[in-house]
Formats: sequence, C-alpha cells, structure tokens
Amino acid sequence: MSQSRKATIGWLVVFIFGAVGLAWNAFSQPRGFGMRYVTDSTTTYYEVKVSPPIGSIPKKPKDGEGAVAPKDRLVWVSSDSPDLEKSNVTRTSAEPISVTRTSSVPPIAAWAAAENGGKGPTGATYRFSVADTIGVWIAAFFTLAIFSFLWGDNPVYKFAESVVIGVSAAYWMVVAFWSTLVPKLAVPIAPIAMQWAVPGVDEERKVSVVLAVIPAILGVMLLFRLSSKLGWVSSWPLAFVVGTTAAIRLIAHVQADFLAQISNSMVPFVVSTNGRFDWGASLGNVVLVTGLLSVIVYFFFSLEHKGAVGKVARFGVWFLMIAFGAAFAFTVMGRITLLSERLEFLFNDWLWLIDPKGDHTVTTIVSNAAGLLATVF
Amino acid sequence: MLAFLEKLDRRWVFLLMGLAVAIPILFPLPFEYKPSALARSVFDEIDRLPDGSRVLFSFDYDPATSGELSPMARAMLYHCGKKKHKLYVMALFGPGKTLGSEAIQEILLKYAGDDYTYGEDYVELGYQTGNEGVIKVAVTDLPQMFPTDVRGTPLSKIPVLEGVENFQAMDLLVAVSAGDPGSKQWIQYFISAYPKTRMVTGTTGVQSVSLYPYIPNQLAGMLGAIKGAAEYETIVNAKYPGPDGKPVPELTEAQRRMGPQLTAHLLMVSLIVVGNVVYLMGRRKAHQSGGGR
Repeated sequence: MSQSRKATIGWLVVFIFGAVGLAWNAFSQPRGFGMRYVTDSTTTYYEVKVSPPIGSIPKKPKDGEGAVAPKDRLVWVSSDSPDLEKSNVTRTSAEPISVTRTSSVPPIAAWAAAENGGKGPTGATYRFSVADTIGVWIAAFFTLAIFSFLWGDNPVYKFAESVVIGVSAAYWMVVAFWSTLVPKLAVPIAPIAMQWAVPGVDEERKVSVVLAVIPAILGVMLLFRLSSKLGWVSSWPLAFVVGTTAAIRLIAHVQADFLAQISNSMVPFVVSTNGRFDWGASLGNVVLVTGLLSVIVYFFFSLEHKGAVGKVARFGVWFLMIAFGAAFAFTVMGRITLLSERLEFLFNDWLWLIDPKGDHTVTTIVSNAAGLLATVF
Repeated sequence: MLAFLEKLDRRWVFLLMGLAVAIPILFPLPFEYKPSALARSVFDEIDRLPDGSRVLFSFDYDPATSGELSPMARAMLYHCGKKKHKLYVMALFGPGKTLGSEAIQEILLKYAGDDYTYGEDYVELGYQTGNEGVIKVAVTDLPQMFPTDVRGTPLSKIPVLEGVENFQAMDLLVAVSAGDPGSKQWIQYFISAYPKTRMVTGTTGVQSVSLYPYIPNQLAGMLGAIKGAAEYETIVNAKYPGPDGKPVPELTEAQRRMGPQLTAHLLMVSLIVVGNVVYLMGRRKAHQSGGGR
C-alpha cells in the first residue's frame, strides 16, 4: 500500500471518528445543537426636567463674561431609574417611549431553561431565533472552511477567503463614507443639507469650508494616478501626505522613543529598597544596561567586529536571540488563544458540547436517535 | 522510527495541536494564579484613583483579536465601574466601537448600572478615522475630532464632558490595543507630551514585547496577552467579587483559556525537542554513511 493511500485512510478514519462524535452529541442532547435563543426586554423611558441642586455653584466665568448659573436640563430616564425619586427631578408632559431590546442567551442558559418551560432564572422568556441560528451556522461553516486550509488549499477555503476579502472591503468602504466623507467633507460644505445624516453637529463649531475643500481637491488630484498622461498631478498631494506624515512622526519618535528611552536607560546599578540593598532590581538594571550597550555595539558597523568589539557584539547577539525568543513565545501564546476562542465557539455556541446536567448518557443517546429515526421514516 | 518521524505528515502535528487545545476546553484544568507585578501595577493605577475620576477607555482592537483582548478589556471596565469612574469610551479601530458598546452593556451596566447614566457618568465617543491623527488633534481639541458622541449629541450638551476640552483633562488612559494605531501611538502622541495623565494598557502577545521599553516611566502597567488578562481577572475577582460573593462569571474567560495554553505549550516544547533530536540524529546518520551535510 502506498504512503499516500495509507495517509488517506488514516485521515478518513479521523474524520469518520469526528462525524460519529458529532452525531452522538446531536442525539444525546434533548434539544439537539446549533440553535440560538434570545430574550426580549422592554424598558420605558420618561422625559424629565432636572433642576440644579439647591446651592449649586455657578460655572467658572469665561474671559469677559459673568458667572453662568446652572440651568434646567431635559433628559430621558428609564422607569426603574432611582433618579425619578430625586427632589430636583420632575416628569414632563411628553409621552413615554418604550424600547424593546433583544439579547442573545448563552447556550448553557438556554439549555438550563429548556426544562423550566423556556423561562430564565429571572422569569424572562427565552425564544428560538431563526436569524441568530442561521448566523451561528454560517459562522461555524466559515470557521471550518478556514480551518480546512490545514488539510491543503481547496475550493471551500478559497470561497471563504474570497468572502472575507469582499466583506472587509465593503465594510471599510461604508465606514470611510460615513466617518470621513460625510462628516469631514459634506457637512462643512453643506451643513444644513446634511442635517439628515449628522443631526447633532454643534452649530457653534462650524468648520471652515476652505479647510474642507482643500483636502477634497487634493483627494481628487490623487485620482489622476489612473491617467497615464496626467499621472504627475497626483505627485503633489502625495508629497503633501509624505511630508506632513514624516514631520508628525519624526517629532513623536524623537520625543517618545529617542529622548525618553535614553532617559529610561539611565538607571542606578545599586538599588536600595526601604534602606536595604535590592538584589533583584540591581541585577535587573545591570542586565538592562549591559544588554543595551552590547546590542548597540552589534549594530555599530563603522568598526570591524574583531577583538574586544567582536566579543561584545557577540554578547549582544545573545540578548537579541533571547528577545526574539520572548517575542516568538508571546506570538505563540496569542495564536493559541485565538484557536481556543474559535474552538470555544464551535463547542459551546454551535455544537453545544456543554453538559451542565450530565445528560450525555447511553439511554438518552439511544432514545433520541430512535426518536429521530422514527420522525424521518 | 527515525524515518517515520522525518517523513511525518505535518497534518498529524495539526491534529495533535487541535486536541491539545480542545481537550482542556471540554475538561477545564484548575489553575492557581499569582499575579505578576505588571498586572498588579495596572490594578493599582485604576484602584488608587479617587472614585469618580476621569478615565479615557480606548477599544483599539477588532474581532480578530477579541479572543485575546476582550477578557482584559471587560475586566478593566468592570474595575472602573466598581470605582465609579467617569468613563469616556472611544475606539481607534472601527469595530472597536461596537465591541466597546457590547462590553458596556454586558459588563458595566450589568454590574454597576445603578451608578451609571449615559451622558452623566459615561459617554461613548465612538470611532474616528485618522489613526494617530485622532490622538494628535483630540489631545488639544476634543470637539474638533469628535463633534458629537455616537448618539449624535454635540459634546457641549453632554454633562459628563463639562470642563473636558481635550484628553489632557483625563486622570487615566486605559488602552486595549491590537496593533497600530494603538498603545504605541497613545504613548507617542499623548502620554510622552502630557505625562500628567497616566496610562495603562492591555495588548496582544505579538505587541507586548515592543511596549516593555516604555515601562514604567511612560507606561504605568501592562497586561500582556491572555496570561495578563487571567492575572487581572484573579485580582479583580478577589477584591470586587460578584453580587453572590463568587467570581463574576464573565470575568473567568481568560483563566479558562489558560488551560489550553498549558497543554499547547507543553506540546510545542515537546515538538521542538523531538524535531531537534530527529534533525541531529539524521545529520549524524548522514555523516556516518559518508554523505555529510
């Protein structure tokens, strides 16, 4: 038997084992798996007038103005808010507003509530959600589709990859439109016409139209890159972007990284804590300065790395290796966390492998499987 | 055996890693945590502030790193809630706005809702494009960068923002960061220029190493990766347990994820050792057979 055929059979066994496990899980639970439940909560809000507390202090006067006395404020508070009982709070004649919020119920809570007539611990009703259920199945499919790359490149993975790219591009286009073009270009140019889009813009802080139009012109000039003849026009806004970005970052790096890091490296070799010699801190500072100087020598290329310089540079390499090792270990930790988060989603949200009441028994498996078969046939 | 290991299909390694992570999720491992000095520093920075201090809370991450960062963001938000700090929530990552809103609903309002009224005790400033430019502008003129909050209310009409003209009015900055723009930019464009405001951060494992040089002068404390989050959950649950006196269920997520870390790391170390042994044995065998390498 060839090596590849052996491998194929081996993996087939693994996948069959996994499929049987999933079927066992589905049959062993009274409510199956992959279902999502939600609960609705309705809150009523009242408009109230909040008067300043007795003896409240007037605001600090601005230059050339007198002190400003605190004014009444109109706010909406929920019907269960303790603020309604305060003496300086009175309801207005405005009609109350009721808002219904729908929130997801964790599978473990939905399962626990299943035997309580679908009621949660506080008496709230949990109902089956078609939309959330479809969402969980789509998320599970795409998670498995991306994982399938571990097997090798395949059409399912390609499909999932394409969807991610397409959705991301669309998402950022919408975000850019609503967070950049509308508030930073359209609103300053036509604030009244754009009231429907950004109703709360403070009229006291009008942005100059010129300051909005100039970036717009530079933006349009960038699009000239698409033209083979007029491509040079895009160099001007590009030069502006490169110049300003470089200047802003240079200042930040000099202040926060260069000067501040030199200052941070000026540490005493002998540290005393509460009047006693602190071995740990002292040793830490010696290692810090030694490591810093030896690594700097390693990156100093004006002298050939021979003799004493070579030995110090070699010592610096050890510090670099330890730093790379620490960075790699941190990266591994991060990646494993992401994997465990995805598996938690598959196990808890999708497959319902949680078993809070010990329902995974042979009897439940057989009876549920028999019930399912009876339903099908 | 050597030939088998040299030609081992890498998919078996993937399967082993999958099992190493999956089994501790299904059968959690009990852990005892001794919080590190860095996690303790983050806790102390939030805890030592007088109740009702101004805290700028930035959710600078997206769902891709949510598994690593959400536990620490939620734990720090819970802690701020218990201290009744005034919260100014924002995001330098677009999806961070939604993740921040979710954390407020599921943690802050659930466990400290009586002390928090929108607009009076906390405000959501939302997300603004511009990367580090957002910090650069808002550090001197907040309404210029954020004309309204996420609900469309002008900042001048929000009570909790009275007297807050820019970020310099904040007592503490909490940045939960996945990369750029994030903690590094906060240090470069805000904290280094205006050191009166203290800063603590929670970061991904990948980013942690690059932030160590800023500790302790520019960065008061840091939660590095899921381990930092687990340590922080331990401290917060010990001092501010849930209403029933037990750890808050939502603040055990990172501790739960340390089980898979242990088994996966043991497997990885084993694989590195085995891989090197196989390599050295293979090299020796090649030398003995006269092939050399």
